Order: sequence, then C-alpha cells, then structure tokens
Amino acid sequence: MKIKKTDHMQYMDGMEAIESDFMEKVLTAMKEYDYDQYSSRDVETALNKAQLSIEDYAAILSPAAMPYLEDMARKATAETRKHFGNSVSLFTPLYIANYCENQCVYCGFSITNKINRATLSMQEAEDELKAIAATGLKEILFLTGESRLKSGVEYIGETIKLATKYFSTIGIEIYPLNTEEYAFLHSCGADFVSVYQETYNTDTYELVHLRGSKRSFPYRFHAQERALLGGLRGVAFGALLGLDDFRKDAFAAGLHALLIQQKYPHAEISFSTPRLRPYINNAENNSKDVHEKQLLQVMLAYRLFMPYAGITISTRERAGFRDHVIGMVATKMSAGVSVGVGGHSEEQKGDEQFEISDERNVKEVHQMIRSKGLQPVFTDYIRV
Amino acid sequence: MSDMLTIGGHTFQSRFILGSGKFSLEIMKAVIEHGEAEIVTLALRRANTGGEENILDYIPKEITLLPNTSGARNAEEAVRIARLSRELGCGDFVKLEVIHDSKYLLPDNYETIKATEILAKEGFIVMPYMYPDLYAARSLVNAGAAAVMPLGAPIGSNKGLSTKDFIQILVDEINLPIIVDAGIGRPSQACEAMEMGVDAIMCNTAIATANDVALMAKAFKQAIEAGRAAYLAGLGRVLNFKAEASSPLTGFLED
Repeated sequence: MKIKKTDHMQYMDGMEAIESDFMEKVLTAMKEYDYDQYSSRDVETALNKAQLSIEDYAAILSPAAMPYLEDMARKATAETRKHFGNSVSLFTPLYIANYCENQCVYCGFSITNKINRATLSMQEAEDELKAIAATGLKEILFLTGESRLKSGVEYIGETIKLATKYFSTIGIEIYPLNTEEYAFLHSCGADFVSVYQETYNTDTYELVHLRGSKRSFPYRFHAQERALLGGLRGVAFGALLGLDDFRKDAFAAGLHALLIQQKYPHAEISFSTPRLRPYINNAENNSKDVHEKQLLQVMLAYRLFMPYAGITISTRERAGFRDHVIGMVATKMSAGVSVGVGGHSEEQKGDEQFEISDERNVKEVHQMIRSKGLQPVFTDYIRV
Repeated sequence: MSDMLTIGGHTFQSRFILGSGKFSLEIMKAVIEHGEAEIVTLALRRANTGGEENILDYIPKEITLLPNTSGARNAEEAVRIARLSRELGCGDFVKLEVIHDSKYLLPDNYETIKATEILAKEGFIVMPYMYPDLYAARSLVNAGAAAVMPLGAPIGSNKGLSTKDFIQILVDEINLPIIVDAGIGRPSQACEAMEMGVDAIMCNTAIATANDVALMAKAFKQAIEAGRAAYLAGLGRVLNFKAEASSPLTGFLED
C-alpha cells in the first residue's frame, strides 16, 4: 500500500491550532540538552536544593546521576510523603475500542497489524463498568485506539456519562481533541486527560508514525493545553521511554509539564513512565536501553523536579518494581488490568495493545499496599 | 479554671485539631487517642462513603467531624462540596479550603470570603483556611465565619511559623478564634503559636511523617497545652538591654 507522505510538523484538516510557544521552547531546550556535560558535583548541588531549577533537573537526569540513585530515592521518598502522605490511589483502565487509523511502528493497535478489533456497545460498556465498580474501584480511565470513525467523540461521551453512575473520577486516554471536544467530554463527566507525546524528537516521531492523524506532532504536543482550555482539571504527560533517547525525552516531558503548570497553576499535573513492551505480532520489540535503573532514575527526576505532581506506575512493569516505587515516587497505580477491549465482565472482545507484567487483581494490589504501611485510596475526588 | 475553646457555639476542651489526610486509616484512632483531639478534619473527597476504605469508619463517634472542601478551586465548588458533606451526615462544621494553585496550595482568600458568606447564611459553622491578611480576615468576620484559620507556612511543609508576625496581627485584631492551620512542623512551633495567643492548632503532616505517630500526637497535645498555659499566665517581660543591674547605675541621684 502506498503511503501518502504528510508533513509531520503540520496540522491536518480539522485540527485546531492554539497560540502557544511552548513547543518551540521545549524543542529548543531539548536540542541544547547535552547530558554528558554534567558531573557528580552538579548532581550533588541539585540534590542539596529544596527546589530544583531546570538546570538541576537536567543534572539529575544525566548519566552522572546514576551513582546517586539511592540518594535520589531517599529525597524522593521524603518529598512524596510530604506532598501525598501515605496515599496510593488506585484505578483501572478500560479499553472501550481498539480500532486505530494510525500506522505506528511500535504499537499493537497499528492499522496494519492483524488483530481482532472491537468497540464495546453501550450495554457491554455498562456491564464492564459494573464489573469494575464491584471491585470497589472509584476511578476509571477510558482508553481507545485512535479512530474518530469507530470510536468518535460522541460515542466516548456516552460511555463517560454511563461511567458517572459508578465512578467518582473519570480520565481519558484517547486521541487528541480540539478544545470544544474536550469541553464536551468534560460536560459528560471526564476531568483528567492523558496524552503521551511518545517521543519529543521530531525526526524519530516522523519515522515511527507513518500515517494517520497521530503523525501531526504539534497537534499532539498542544493537546494538554487544549484540554485545560476546555475545562479539564488535570493533564498527564509522558514519553514512551525507549522509543528514542530516553534522557532527552524525559527532560522534554518534564519541561513541557512545568511550562503548562506555570501557565495554568490550577492544573493537576501528573506523569506516566511507560517503557516499550513486547506487543502482539512483534514479540521481539523490547526496550533495550531503558532498564529498571534508568526507569527509576526518570521517575525520581520527575518527583524531585515537580514534587507536587502525581506519578502513575504502569502494569507494564513487574509487580516487584511497582511495589517498591509506590510510597517512594509513584502515587497512583492500576489494578485488575485488562489491555484488551472489555474483559472485566465477559470474555474480552478485542486483542491487547501490549503485554502487561502485573496481573494482580484489585484485592491483591490493595493488600500489598496495606502490607507496606501505605494507604490505598479509592476515592480522591468530588465531581462538582 | 475552665478554659474552653468555643467555635460556633460549640465548646471543646482540646485545642488540638487533627488533620486526617496523610495517615493510614488504622492508625487514625491511636493518633486521636494520644493527641486527645476532639475535632478531626475529614477530606470529603476521600470519604469513600458506601464503599471500601471509608475513613468515617475509623473516626470514633464522639469526635466532632470537620469536613473540608479540599479540591475546590472556587467559591461555587466549595459551596457544593460543603452542601454535599451536610447531606452525607457530616454535620454543620465545614473547613473551607479554596485552592487554585496545584504547586504551592495557597488558599484563595477572595473566593474563600465569597463561599463563607453563602455558607454562613445557610447555617454552616464555617472555618475558613486563609492566607493571613488582615483585610481578608475582617471580611471573613463580616461574612459570618466562626473562626479564622491562617496558615503558618505552606501545607505539608513543616516549616513552622513563617507568617508569625501576620498571625500576631490577626490575634490582636480579630475577635474570633484564630487557629493556625498548615505549616506547623514541631511541637515547639505549636507551643510558640499558642503562647502568642492563638486559640488552637491544626496539624497533620508533622505527625503523619514522624517515626512514632502516636507519640508525636501526644507531644503536640502537651506542647499546645503548655503554650496555652503560658499565654494565660502572661509571659514574663523581655528586656531590651543586656540585663537589669541589681545596683542601678543611676542610684546615686538624690532628686
């Protein structure tokens, strides 16, 4: 199939452009970020500060900080405790569709990947929501593949309305939208939006997003800002670590979040730290550079740079890793996860996006959190 | 001597108000007992009513609940959360928190005043968390607040009485209970605030992040009592010069 090559730095038809210079700022700073220039002295200076500057953040993300992981972990634990106490929030993702119109070389949902595709009907969605609510969870995250045709904004809005009957907190991790569309989903009951930039390296971004609306780098970049303009309360940031130079990507994601926080001080900021995982029909693909040590370094750097930001730990990571980073750095974790479409009440309808490593149910995760002297939190939000 | 704390017509023996946001639920009870707190705040957004892990199950029935409006970004949201708390049976007390800044978590005095006015008219006993500003405090009094709760330092910082001079102005000028809320990190700081004439102390993080939370709760209780006693006793004067000589230098003067 011949692919029509579009300019990945341009908007496509129907994509809203907002006035913001954040993309230029982030890309320029990332380009100039030479992490090899930092020394152990720079890292020590950063760790002795109460509030880290961007330069300090650059230092603790550098290779020079690797021998300081223990020091960073101790400082991060104190910061997490100070800002979040003993709490660890629990949620579960619900994939309501896995149709996708993008061709992304690293994703199981890619349009060229031969997998079982599905969209949940309203009845099926409600069955899933009931089954999840029965586990005690009060927070849900809706996910779709990126298909405006098969899982349109209206459809997503309807499922969100359904979810308000059972859940106090509703997040969405779907394709980027225009401001008005975010406002519509907010009116349906969604309050938190996650959009991961995958990589902030525009050249790599072009190479891994071959076609589809996701190919537009700037539209994706400005999604958090449009979401906040649409009235959403919180936005999540993240890079898919391992897709490109993870230090530069993490640096860019942190700076991106900082700029948004400064412009929208009321916004609740959070980070996710997904690593590349093996996915369906491509089991060989794995993150080769981002091992657990590096992953932890990124998480610690996010915590120390923006101590008040939430950090979510994914089920992509093994149980042992997840259990140790809560309380230290992560403030939210998923439980009872299915990454196929549906799968909580009946058999799942569609195939998974990637493989998960931690398959524990809500009760097991709950018990683990308790056993560490931490407090599992189901409800942390009132929709007003 | 009877020395009760009166807020909105309710009297309390203890001047220690415990925040509940950062504890594990099962140790809440021990902390309340050791601190002998009679008022405990309750973040309504954490009250998983009807579900698992309901914080209300861990607070003894004789304790006065002080539901707060954490999560509210403006007056309208705070009012709605307060009304919800009353519907849930949490009583008429409400600790008003209106915060529009996710980094410093500083209260928005303007929105707080607006919400106080609405809620006081609806019969709530409104205890607003505020930045210690005299004009705002006066407006809160006029709006019908039952107490004023200035911050000592940013929430969770354990930095103590960074705003000491401004709290002293409120103590001197505002005819309502003044309760230092947020920032108190050590029992000695709680004691210092009480010596200044503050009416009560609210504390959470300093206890929740201690190694022995029950013992720290007890230390706060004692410090608050000591500070109150010192205030009532009237602190001894402080000399401006090095010392007061027992044989004055001017003692030779005859007329």
